[in-house]
Amino acid sequence: MNIEIEEICKDFGTTAALQPVSLSIPAGSLVALLGPSGSGKTTLLRILGGLEFPSAGRVLFDGADATGLTVQERRAGFVFQSYALFRHMSVFDNIAYGLRARPRKTRPAAAEIARRVTRLLDLIKLPDIGGRYPSQLSGGQRQRVALARALAIEPRMLLLDEPFGALDAKVRKELRQGLRDIHDTTGLTTIFVTHDQDEAMELADLIVVMSMGRIEQIGRPAEIRARPASDFVRQFLDL
Amino acid sequence: MAHCVPLAARPRRLRSATTEPRVVKGVLIALCLAVLSVLLFAPLIAVFDEALRRGWAFALASLGEPDAQAAIRLTLSVAALVVPLNAAFGIAAAWAITKFDWRGKAWVITLIDLPFSISPVVAGLLFVLMFGANSAFGAWLVASGFPIVFAVPGIVLATLFITFPFIARELIPVMLEQGRAEEEAALTLGASGSRVFLTVTLPNIRWALLYGVLLCNARAMGEFGAVAVVSGKIRGQTTTMPLMIEMFYNEYLSVAAFTMASVLALLAFVTLVLKSALEWRHADQLAATHRH
Ligand SMILES: Nc1ncnc2c1ncn2[C@@H]1O[C@H](COP(=O)(O)OP(=O)(O)OP(=O)(O)O)[C@@H](O)[C@H]1O
Ligand SMILES: [Mg+2]
Repeated sequence: MNIEIEEICKDFGTTAALQPVSLSIPAGSLVALLGPSGSGKTTLLRILGGLEFPSAGRVLFDGADATGLTVQERRAGFVFQSYALFRHMSVFDNIAYGLRARPRKTRPAAAEIARRVTRLLDLIKLPDIGGRYPSQLSGGQRQRVALARALAIEPRMLLLDEPFGALDAKVRKELRQGLRDIHDTTGLTTIFVTHDQDEAMELADLIVVMSMGRIEQIGRPAEIRARPASDFVRQFLDL
Repeated sequence: MAHCVPLAARPRRLRSATTEPRVVKGVLIALCLAVLSVLLFAPLIAVFDEALRRGWAFALASLGEPDAQAAIRLTLSVAALVVPLNAAFGIAAAWAITKFDWRGKAWVITLIDLPFSISPVVAGLLFVLMFGANSAFGAWLVASGFPIVFAVPGIVLATLFITFPFIARELIPVMLEQGRAEEEAALTLGASGSRVFLTVTLPNIRWALLYGVLLCNARAMGEFGAVAVVSGKIRGQTTTMPLMIEMFYNEYLSVAAFTMASVLALLAFVTLVLKSALEWRHADQLAATHRH
């Protein structure tokens, strides 16, 4: 699904989290929102997911206006920074949550839900942890469960807020490749937030560099490296 | 009280930074137990002793009196009405305060605490002023056959007011600590607002809710001051257990008074035992979700 962001603004009271921002994301791409703390990355992601509504501007999904769609109607697979796994549910129930929440007409039967959860557990390479609780998992495992839970709803896009933020360098590297693989197998338009330039350079097809609620530059990693659009980009990327 | 026990139950060769020398520990524990026995255990025993002064049969007979029966029934039904209502109010208030940002929030938090800071007698008088026969509204209520003051509705209202903070106060810190992320996650997974509440919010607050309900229930059954003002103390109709105890006592029916007092104390005791039993059974789960 391609995503069109047209002149989106967001104010929180007197602070402007996003100045008018425009961005066009081709279907199936893997996009990094890169920028320093407070630059509006999370705000933009939450607007796409329907958790926040823009003060002005439009969002288009496949050309259709999606600005007014509720969070449920967006069907965005959202992975939160702290993962936000349901702490009182087993991993299995966490992943099955979205399927069970469907209206009766479109809800799969219990056996089908179990089959899909098992397949997702295989996809994240953690086939045996269905019975555990989130408190019994490592950080990296939690992150992958959160990803599986988001994928379970057959989302139209995947939105990840600093998916590797709380993990050590080695695990980050492994999971990076994991995300790339999952993106390539599902073909989902994927947007992830990071303030790690290496992560963005290595993983993304397209990098959106943000600063103080504005987009400084949009481009492929090689383009940005070759032609940084501003002093800010040059400095932030150590070019 | 809760702090005395783990200290003693933790023998350690290496002293951690916060561990006091043995003597200090011993003195503190002794002091704690002494205060507890003088202030809590001794009076409680005295109450039961006084009730049974003329034997079980006599004590039980005093409970069989129609007035005593009516008082027990009234207290239980008021609690049965007030606790669910305040659970609903408490959840709604805690939800509104912790999950949304709105103007006047700080003011509402203060307002929730009001019943804690106002003397119950004053609270009772407030209801008499508002709904009593001297106010226009109260006079109309009496004329239309639905009096609030000196009737059961007044008792329910006063008890609701007094016990309002218990559940909300218990829930707010827990819900603040848990934040909104899990609810938001559930929404992005397609769940409706009510489904999110039932499957995510409620299970996460169930322990705090239970504590709040138990505390609220204990106070609802025991409230004296505010209820005394609004009830009018009509025997067999608007007399709750605490009021009945006072009436028996003033009429020198000390066995009846202390027997009723024992029943009330036992009800509170059952509440505490229930709480401890649940805590004990779900200790690991409690430790995993939050420290209490
Ligand atoms: N709910 C809110 N209320 C008020 N201000 C907010 C709110 N959410 C974000 N902001 C403000 O909007 C700006 C952008 O915040 P945002 O969370 O989008 O930044 P970010 O790029 O994700 O930063 P980080 O890398 O630290 O997560 C910040 O100045 C922040 O203070
Ligand atoms: Mg952020």
